[in-house]
Amino acid sequence: MGKVRIGTVWLGGCSGCHMSFLDLDERLIELAQVAEIMSSPITDWKLHTPVKEYQDYPEVDISLVEGAVVNTDNVEVLKLVRERSKILVAFGDCAVTGNVPSYRNLFKTDDVLNSVYLDKATHNQMIPSDRVVVPRLLNKVVPISHVVKVDYFMPGCPPSADSIWYTIKCLLEGKEPEFSKEHYRYG
Amino acid sequence: MSVLTLTINDIQCTGREGQTILDIIKENKISLPVLCDLKGLTPVAACRLCLVEVKGIPKLVPACTTKIQEGMVVYTDSEKLRNYRRMIVELLFAEGNHICASCVVNGYCELQNLGYMVGMESVRFDYLWQLFQIDASHPRYVMDQSKCVKCTRCIRVCDEVEGAHVWDLKGRGINVRVISGLDEPWGQVKECTQCGKCVQVCPVGALFEKTATTSEMIKDRSFLERILEGREAKIWVR
Ligand code: SF4
Ligand code: SF4
Ligand code: SF4
Ligand code: FES
Repeated sequence: MGKVRIGTVWLGGCSGCHMSFLDLDERLIELAQVAEIMSSPITDWKLHTPVKEYQDYPEVDISLVEGAVVNTDNVEVLKLVRERSKILVAFGDCAVTGNVPSYRNLFKTDDVLNSVYLDKATHNQMIPSDRVVVPRLLNKVVPISHVVKVDYFMPGCPPSADSIWYTIKCLLEGKEPEFSKEHYRYG
Repeated sequence: MSVLTLTINDIQCTGREGQTILDIIKENKISLPVLCDLKGLTPVAACRLCLVEVKGIPKLVPACTTKIQEGMVVYTDSEKLRNYRRMIVELLFAEGNHICASCVVNGYCELQNLGYMVGMESVRFDYLWQLFQIDASHPRYVMDQSKCVKCTRCIRVCDEVEGAHVWDLKGRGINVRVISGLDEPWGQVKECTQCGKCVQVCPVGALFEKTATTSEMIKDRSFLERILEGREAKIWVR
């Protein structure tokens, strides 16, 4: 039997979830013996825009998706990843609930853009209109499950390495990860 | 006072007239999620997490305010109840802005614990994202409306135990807000004795101490029992 194919994806998050993934430490060696990381935020950056980068996203068995859906590119990437993944896992609180990025939902998107790019900027005051550089923000930041079907939720900000390992091991062994305080925590 | 017999989850139980279903559930160590209930405060059935099924009554009833009756047949666990409980918890998360990662009671929060208890992996409802007020006018404490689940524990403890009645409710539906004084900044309410009882009984991060930083605020509710026992034993009466 070939190795299990895993991909990891970075949407609107701080990359802390990916850092926590690296905290698997020596367990990464164990993982490498049975699985192959087919894609990650640091592998496929030869193409320029975010969406194009993910056009290369391979067919995988498991995708771990970090981050909330904050802009139009996130929506396209997420849909593509969903199509190409057998199992899709919401990886961390941003993906599960919207978390910190969703604080901006308290304000109007235009007010947020004006504040960041005009009022508070000291140089080059202008709102970027070129979506290749800055994709258009959605009116509301949403959890990934509000855009595509999610198979498993891994809350935590970030999820601990133990939570990540528990989930991955369950999936590799074909078991259902059990949702409980013992294995996961919010925040 | 007459002794009544009833069954809860097919277990024979007894209780005294005037006791609630929740009293008997606790006496028999049956697990049931609650949120607004707190031992020592008058029950108000605000959160509806303690809903149970009673044979012969078509709707679900809150265990914390429903008095027991002779021959009552109660069920605390069914597919239907589990569904509603999870829905209630999800709706509480959707209604407030509960961003656990930046909350002072992260890890010590009763709402989080309910989430684990009902198996809330995610919230299927749209988050409302209402803009709530934060009141930091009090010298020692902060009130963050976005985390408030309207359990009214603060209102009851301040009124029934401290005797200051600083807190109240205003509005209807999703516009219900907990207010201090006559809807004035907490720091301006002269009746507040700064005892901190409201802060300690608040199940979530709505009321917290100014000095607490993220995931630092562990609440201590043991004072309530001490005060109420002392009151009962009249230890402060000369
Ligand atoms: S869940 Fe926390 S650690 Fe992960 S991306 Fe979001 S903010 Fe960063
Ligand atoms: S600190 Fe004490 S007196 Fe002040 S509002 Fe809270 S319970 Fe009431
Ligand atoms: S402030 Fe806290 S104790 Fe008061 S009603 Fe809100 S959640 Fe309950
Ligand atoms: S505990 Fe009974 S309604 Fe809240």
